[in-house]
Amino acid sequence: MTTLTVNGTAHEVAVDPMTPLLYWLRGDLALNGAKYGCGLGQCGSCTVIVEGEAVLSCVVPVGALDGKRVTTLEGLGTEAQPGPMQRAFIDEQAAQCGYCIPGMMMKAQALLDRRPDASDAEIRATLQTNLCRCGTHMRILRAVRRAADAMLKSGPAPVRVGDSR
Amino acid sequence: MKRFKVLSAAALLLVTAGVAATALAWHPALPPIDRARNFDPSLVKRGETLAALGNCGGCHSAPDRPAFSGGLPVETPFGAIYASNITPDPDAGIGRWSEEAFRRAMREGVDRAGRNLYPAFPYNHYTEVTDADDGALYAYLMTRTPAPAEVRSPALPFPLNLRPVMAAWNLLFFRAGAYTPDPARSPDWNRGRYLVEGLGHCGACHTPHGLLGEEKSNAAFAGGMAEGWNAYALNEASPAPVPWTVDSLAFYLHHGWQAVHGSARGPMALVTANLGSVPEEESRAMAVYLMSLMGPQSADKVAEASAREAQVPTPLAAASAGSQVAIASTSNDRGALLYAGACASCHSSGRPLPYGGLTLSLSSALHAPDPSNVITVTLHGLAAPPGAPGSIMPGFAGALSDPDLAALLAYLRADVAHEVPWPDLDATVKTARARGATLVVSDGTGAAPADTHTRIAP
Repeated sequence: MTTLTVNGTAHEVAVDPMTPLLYWLRGDLALNGAKYGCGLGQCGSCTVIVEGEAVLSCVVPVGALDGKRVTTLEGLGTEAQPGPMQRAFIDEQAAQCGYCIPGMMMKAQALLDRRPDASDAEIRATLQTNLCRCGTHMRILRAVRRAADAMLKSGPAPVRVGDSR
Repeated sequence: MKRFKVLSAAALLLVTAGVAATALAWHPALPPIDRARNFDPSLVKRGETLAALGNCGGCHSAPDRPAFSGGLPVETPFGAIYASNITPDPDAGIGRWSEEAFRRAMREGVDRAGRNLYPAFPYNHYTEVTDADDGALYAYLMTRTPAPAEVRSPALPFPLNLRPVMAAWNLLFFRAGAYTPDPARSPDWNRGRYLVEGLGHCGACHTPHGLLGEEKSNAAFAGGMAEGWNAYALNEASPAPVPWTVDSLAFYLHHGWQAVHGSARGPMALVTANLGSVPEEESRAMAVYLMSLMGPQSADKVAEASAREAQVPTPLAAASAGSQVAIASTSNDRGALLYAGACASCHSSGRPLPYGGLTLSLSSALHAPDPSNVITVTLHGLAAPPGAPGSIMPGFAGALSDPDLAALLAYLRADVAHEVPWPDLDATVKTARARGATLVVSDGTGAAPADTHTRIAP
């Protein structure tokens, strides 16, 4: 039986092991933050964090992730208490239709977890493969910059909601 | 240790030979000149084409540095050599070089001051370039923007850090001389041979190298390694499961992808991107010559190839099934499960290249004797080239553990390519992951095919 820890909670996976992680997160756990965009790993809207790495959940079978820790958008904060990444996106109003934003936040979060002092160029390079069709790119970049600055200022990142790390 | 001893013995031999050779192979400094500036624009234009054919920028341009200002580390088994600045800057570049000095560097591997260049600069190939073409290349380089960017010294151990030692290398491995056409062959073949063996320096990657970094003359185009990438054999040992033809190879070289062979990536993406910028006849000429190296295909191989091609779903069937198809796994093999969950939505969709994934039974990477390429691409994916359409693939470094990646590739090798297992697959996976992503972009000149079944317009 495959076991995954999602946002700090352990789950046994009862579906076929080749089921994409995205389907299981949305269909079985009702974690709807990660979005189904292209289903081909080409748009980035399904990005989640697995063991610190940004991963495209639409092309990763749950069976490949036995014993691993997964963080989804819901793990970054709640509506009542948004985490620093979410707060920055709200403050910069960095969404138009909003469909790509969860992927943008998770990809950026994985970068900043690894490199808290990431440069603007690194942020751009990292988000290059996350597509936004509304054209909100400049606001998204500003939001990630704001989140990075906020997290640097507040010292080590606070423990995320439900994150057991 | 054994390899170290062999290398040491070889190095000692080189020192001895070097002393003798220095006397023999002394080159005078050629007088510095004020930068040459006046060139016929058509000559400069021809030089631009030639620089693309020679992929000069592949080594002499580095990220975050001005074009042609060098600085890129070229890894050799002995240490890194940094590509030189070939802009016309008088101090950091080659601005004080006369055309004679430039020609001598191309023909003999000696710089203006008379010092031997390292053979990472493939003068063993460039020696075949004609004086006229050297003149055009010179005109092109002298009219680039001078960049005062300095380049680091080579990080080579003694005695290889002594440039005169290269005179001994030259005695052993280097024969100077321009290409003389073979009148018995077609003009295309001769043009192709001139480009492949000379300016294009294909053998620098596609021929295996000996202990002293020389191209093994008895194994020309038998396949080599470059920057962690496997440069496939271009002789009769070509791993392509569907034999190349002049048409398919010319298309691949010019466009950077081909419907049943896949996409160029790694250092080859730079090569095909350059070839895409010059007339397609050049790629065709190279293909004509390369096909003469690959030789005639056996009837068995041709029959096997058409059977493979027949299994590939047609674009029409794929279009009616939508962009994705559900693939039922027929096996409990872990590799097969991973393929179904992670790969099949693109690689079994039947959506044609360059935007669909290659049907992997056709993949040269899976049929090659070394799995480095398929490992690197699976880990890091393929990024589209900046500002251009091109093949892309997501990377799976964060999703697949080393054992999972090895299981996936073992499955593909055995059940999809029907080849004997790769030796040391686990170790190669580890090495490739540790090496990280280098040059994992596809070639963007692919320009979508004129085919309405593709999803994305160029």
